[in-house]
Amino acid sequence: MARTIVITSGKGGVGKTTTAAAVGMGLALRGNRTVVIDFDVGLRNLDLIMGCERRVVYDFVNVINGEARLNQALIRDKRCEDLYILPASQTKEKEALTKEGVGQIIHELSEHYDYIVCDSPAGIEHGAYMAMYYADDAVVVTNPEVSSVRDSDRMLGILSSKSKRAENDEEPVREFLLLTRYNPARVEAGEMLSVGDVQEILALDLLGVIPESTAVLNASNSGIPVVLDQNSEAGQAYADVVGRYLGEDLPHRFLEVQKKGLFDRLFGG
Amino acid sequence: MPSDQKPFELKADSFSFPTLYLLSNDIDAINESLERQVAKAPGFFLHAPLVFDLSRLPQACTEVDFPMLVGMTRGQGMTPIGVRGGTPLQQEGARLMELAILGDSRGENPKRTAKKPARGDASEEARQQQRGETAAAPAESKIITRPVRSGQKVYAAGGDLIVLAPVSSGAELMADGSIHIYAPLRGRVLAGVKGNEKARIFCQNLGAELVSVTGRYMISEDYPESLIGKSVQVYLSEDHLKIESL
Repeated sequence: MARTIVITSGKGGVGKTTTAAAVGMGLALRGNRTVVIDFDVGLRNLDLIMGCERRVVYDFVNVINGEARLNQALIRDKRCEDLYILPASQTKEKEALTKEGVGQIIHELSEHYDYIVCDSPAGIEHGAYMAMYYADDAVVVTNPEVSSVRDSDRMLGILSSKSKRAENDEEPVREFLLLTRYNPARVEAGEMLSVGDVQEILALDLLGVIPESTAVLNASNSGIPVVLDQNSEAGQAYADVVGRYLGEDLPHRFLEVQKKGLFDRLFGG
Repeated sequence: MPSDQKPFELKADSFSFPTLYLLSNDIDAINESLERQVAKAPGFFLHAPLVFDLSRLPQACTEVDFPMLVGMTRGQGMTPIGVRGGTPLQQEGARLMELAILGDSRGENPKRTAKKPARGDASEEARQQQRGETAAAPAESKIITRPVRSGQKVYAAGGDLIVLAPVSSGAELMADGSIHIYAPLRGRVLAGVKGNEKARIFCQNLGAELVSVTGRYMISEDYPESLIGKSVQVYLSEDHLKIESL
């Protein structure tokens, strides 16, 4: 029986897809059979971040509509054989995702996989509801600034009232905070909320802090999940996130300003 | 969307709306007084649904200029939705402005309307008409142990509300009785929403966006500086909202 994890935020552009790709890859690298589903129908991006955009034939909506079998739509990652991607449809409306259709696919996948990672679209519209409805765990991706924190808070409220677990009065969805684009220097300068500030407002278990890094952008542009770049701080931080999610007790890193030489300033991640 | 899916569900839900008890049909006077009220908390009134109660209009005021009234309240950002009470003639006028004619709920609950005067200046007279005693012993209290997030509402019907987890900004706590908060508080807190004047709010650190008892409210800007972040209680004293450190 698989565990279903939703990567969500409310606000757009905070790093949900980057996180979904990194966490999916991270889980698979540790030998877990993992599938990452892109719920952003109409604005699909996961295939780009995962570097499989040229191999998309069928998509999520095709499977829901019975136009393709699940196995035809799943794309196996070339770098890690335990990782699969179910891309979103670029041409359909978000309403094409029905609760029954999504439920059926999650049910089918959960028989063959260990983890199902759902990459939620931004906002609190239909697509985001569908992405979080079947979740067992939620990773709330938040940037250290007030509007992102408030949107995350709103999303947490929806999770605790509108998810399948909430509706059926089951054990609530496990919620984790993931702080991304964290810049210790700007926190020190008072331009950014600190980890402590965000945690005080959201009152949530901290799964990890991903430092702001050019490595993330480079990884996205080249279609390589950043967790594979173990030379970068962001890549190491994501590896820690996966470890913590799986129950390892790891200290949080990259929270302090690093003293850098000129070379690092120019080329470092 | 598949055709076997229901396109909607019809349910009877109950809401509590701000109600403007008209005590005169002088639209200019109402406008002026309302303007002052709205200026104190523009965010609170913006897009707020509004009901006009006509039951306290003096006999002499046989006609109400609904087009003016609707235009004026819309102009101040509110959304008038209906009227309650009034004569058939007045109701006809309201209907012409596409306002709903709402049933008189006082039959079932004498407290509800009699004890909930309009906010602000216009309620001076209204208060004289209020009945003295409050409702019978409240029902069981409601205890909340999980965070109340932005956009969530918690309502304790008939009794007290006790909250043991953080209340985020943009969240709303409401109770017919008192409200107790033993965790960081940043949302809105409305006690005694059905008119229980003995209702109070107790919190460990005053950071709420708004506190209200029976509709008398105060926004965070108006809190005494010295009490912000302090452990306080909020209650009604001679019809005024008082915040006092504990």
